Order: sequence, then structure tokens, then C-alpha cells
Amino acid sequence: MVSTKTDVEKGRKVFWTNSRRESLVGFLFVVPEIAGILLFGVFSLFFSLYLSFTEWNLVGGLDAIHWIGLDNYKAILSDAKFLKALKNNLLYSVILVPVSMLLGLILAAVINSRVYLKELFKVVFFIPYIATTVAVATVFSILFHPTQGAINNILMTLGMSEPPGWLGSTNYALWAIIIIAVWQVLGYNMIIYMAGLTNIPDELYEAADIDGAGTLQKFFKITVPLLGPTTFFLSITGIVSSFKVFDLIAFLTSGGPNNSTNVLVYYLYEEGFQNFRMGYASALSMVLFMIIAIISIITSRMQKNEF
Amino acid sequence: MKKLSLGKLITTVIVGFFSLLFISPLVWMLSAAAKYEVDVMKFPIEWIPTKWNLIENFKTVWLGNVPFGLYYLNSLKLAVLMTLLTLLFSSMAGYSFAKLNFPFKNGLFVLVLSFFLIPQESTLVPRYILIKWFGLYDTHFALILMGACSIPLTFLARQFIKDIHTEYIEAAKIDGAGHLRIYWQIILPMAKPILATVGILKFLWTWNDYQNPLIFLISKSKYTVTLGIQSFASQYGTSYAVIMMAALSTILPILIVFVLLQKQVINGITMGGVKG
Repeated sequence: MVSTKTDVEKGRKVFWTNSRRESLVGFLFVVPEIAGILLFGVFSLFFSLYLSFTEWNLVGGLDAIHWIGLDNYKAILSDAKFLKALKNNLLYSVILVPVSMLLGLILAAVINSRVYLKELFKVVFFIPYIATTVAVATVFSILFHPTQGAINNILMTLGMSEPPGWLGSTNYALWAIIIIAVWQVLGYNMIIYMAGLTNIPDELYEAADIDGAGTLQKFFKITVPLLGPTTFFLSITGIVSSFKVFDLIAFLTSGGPNNSTNVLVYYLYEEGFQNFRMGYASALSMVLFMIIAIISIITSRMQKNEF
Repeated sequence: MKKLSLGKLITTVIVGFFSLLFISPLVWMLSAAAKYEVDVMKFPIEWIPTKWNLIENFKTVWLGNVPFGLYYLNSLKLAVLMTLLTLLFSSMAGYSFAKLNFPFKNGLFVLVLSFFLIPQESTLVPRYILIKWFGLYDTHFALILMGACSIPLTFLARQFIKDIHTEYIEAAKIDGAGHLRIYWQIILPMAKPILATVGILKFLWTWNDYQNPLIFLISKSKYTVTLGIQSFASQYGTSYAVIMMAALSTILPILIVFVLLQKQVINGITMGGVKG
């Protein structure tokens, strides 16, 4: 009797070894995350790829899907609205990313070592980054009011006789959006640059002091080059997120007036969720995906070569 | 006492001036929310209202025609639930990827890693279709289902848990603790700092989210505060004082969380940044 009992125990022990138990727990612990990625990531991506070769308006179920090959992509290449959105998006990125990075760098360098109340300033400049975008957007929509808004009133006081119409004007709406976006992201860039600054050894500055280097010289010869990796990181994340801009535009202008603020994600939203052209919207999603993938690949190559 | 440096003092004043200018849109929001409608657009700006209408504006927002309180509760419910789930799932996955061995671990980690790069925006269409197929369109559950995990936050958790000394785990094992107990009684308490960061960031992101509610919700009764503020703006048109009160109400919880827990927020965002 005694021996059978131990056998059973032995048998169980042999199967549930420590490493098997660990495998089971380890596996179960990643299941929620992996399931989410498989469903909303892997499957969704391939489904989107498939749909991009079809024409489908969601009504009529799966039977109503028509395979049309590359037609969506061909249409995209000659779609004036898409090209306009792409152009707007590029302008938005090309202005927003460098401007917000430069201002963020200057602020970081100044606040990091040249002021009192450093922590307070950090908080103040960071607030716009975490403040709810749509709430911020309502504030700016009033401040940018063409005749009564505070911004144009100030511009007129400063002597501008015909200030811009901002959000209602085809020439200035995108600029208004860019100004708000710079305001929002500046604090983020500043904080990341400040983290980069803490990695620069003080000895370098001390040595430069001994050599009689001026403030600007130290900034350009020590700070800027040694912040290279941070600058690199911020430009990639900045460009990638600038291609995802949506909230400000959906809330403030709906891509208007006359598509002057339409951008990639907003156009995708219009086609998919207002016109219900699922195939075409999927093709736009794939284009967005490819743009971001290309940016990531190019930059990761560059990173390997340079750093 | 340390000597005050004149140069530093002057720079502080200059930066102080710019910081006031920088934050002035939000200060303007604050003061407009306390004004009578006629005073909102006055120029020069009355930074401190001469006539106060704070309480009336507050009543219009919270007890008026638009069920702002309901939107608020919806946002709160979503943010709290998604934060809790994200805390649970990202700490579980973080612990597993950092400390446990299991088949296909590296492959699965590469999978997680590669989906870090895929923009959520490029899977909006298929996710919308999936949610419709599941019969979950226009439910809070759909948002929770899609927002229960967060890859960047899982990375943060994993990175932190990886640095916890394995000796603690070994000691617990010798005392006969299983993996579940180790996770619950050793890893979670030791990972508190990172969990605070993960929780706060998830809460902020969920509260501020506009795109997902816009696409996956249609009934007004399920609206979040970010959608609510839009119906507010369209209902109250040019009642700017009231709209500013709504905007203020939306931003306030975020500001409170941030001011109280700025260290965790800033560190979390920096960590994501520097290591990202």
C-alpha cells in the first residue's frame, strides 16, 4: 500500500516538474496580451490587407465583398483628396517636428541649469502635453476666433490690420492646427531632452570652462552633439506621431475648410466611417502602415550605422 | 544660505514670463469659465473676472440639458476599468517575460515587440468590423476589450521586473511558494513604483482618448466626456463661458492627477522615451 501511494505521488511529480509548472504559468500569464495582439494586431493587419484589394460597403455581409485587385491602390495614386491630405500631412510634420524639438531643446538647456524653480517650470511646460486634446481644442477654437478671439485682438493691437482667419480660412487653418500641436508637444520634447542632459557628464563642461569656452560654444560643441541619440529618438517618434494626427483635426475642422486640413488618418476616417468604403479605407490604412514602416526601417538602419 | 546669482535670477524671470505666456490659454479657460457670457470676449482680456458667474456656469454644465455628469461617469468607469486590467495584464506579462521560462517565449516576445511599431490607426477598419461581428458595437465592453492591454506599458513593467533580484524569487521558492504566490506577494509589491506609473499613464490616455469612443460608440448615453464636450459645443454654440466650464471640468481630473503624481508621470514618460 505504502509503495503504490508513493508511486502515484512519483508519477504526478514526474509530470508536473518545476519547469513544466513554470512553463504553464509563464504561458498563461502572457495569454491576455498575446490574444489581444493576435486578434487586434496580426489578424486585423492581414484582414486589412485583404480588404484593401476589395470593394465593400459593409452592407450585405461578407457576400457583398468584391475582389478588385489593385484598383484601390491605383485610385489612391490619382485621388486628389488623398494627395492633398498627404501634402498637408507632410507640411504638418516638416514644421511641427523640427520647431517643437528646437524649442524643446532650448527650454531644456535653459531650465536644466540656469533657473531657479526648475521643477515648477517643468510641470508648467508639461501640462499641455497631458491635457485632454479635445478640451484644449475648444479653448483654442475660441482664442482663434477671427474677429473676437484674443489672438487676433492681440495681433491687431500689435498693428496687423488684417489678421488671419485661422481655423475658418483655407490658407491658415493648418497653421492654426500646427501652432496648437507645437504648444502641446513642446513640453514632451523638453522633458526628454532634460533626461538626455542628465547623461552628459559635468566634467565636460568644467573642462570647457577651463578652456575658456562661452555658453553658446558649450551648447553647440558639447550639448547638441552629445544629445544626438535623444534628437534622433525624438525625430522618429515625432514624425511617426505626426502621421497619426487626428483629434485636433477631427474636432476643430473636420479636415476643412475645403480639405485644407485633411490629413491621412482623418481621410481614412472619412472614407471608412462616414462613407463606409471599407475596401478603400483599408487601402488607405495600408498606405499609412507602409509610410510608418518605411520611416521605422530607414531610421533603424541609420541608427545602426551612426550610433 | 546659498547666494542668489543675479544671472540666474534674470533668466528665471524671463523663463517665468514665457511660462506664463505659454500656459495663458489654460488660464484664460479658467477665467472664462467664471465669467458672464458678455465678458468672455472682452479685450483687453479680464484675467480676473470683474463679475463672477462661476456657479451659474457650473450648474448649466452639470445640471443642464446635456447629461455631462453621465459622460463624466462613463469616462471614469472606462478609465478605471481599463487601468485596472492594464495593471493586471501588463504586470503578468511583464513578470512572465522577465522571469519565467516557457516554450516559444522568445518568439512571442518578438511578436509583442513587432506590434509595438504598428500604428493602431492602421487597424481601425478591421477592428471596427470585428467589433461589429462580435455584436459589441456601441458598447463600453468593446473599448475595454481593445484597451485592456498596452504594449508600451507591458515593456515598462517587464523592464522594471527584470531588474528585481532573482534571489528574492529563489528564496521564496525554497520556502515553497508557487509562481502565482511569487507574482502576487513578491513581484507586485516590489513593482509598485512602476505599477503606479503604468496606472497613471493608462488612466491619462484613456481619459483623453477621443478616436476610439468616436468610432465605436454611437448612443449618447454611452458617450465619454471627450465626445460629450463635442455635443456640448454644438448645443451651446457661442455660449463660450459654458463651453469653457465644460472644458475645465474635463481637464481638471487630469490636472489633479498630474500635479499630485508629477514624478511618476514624468518619469514614466521619460522612461518610455529614453528606452523606447
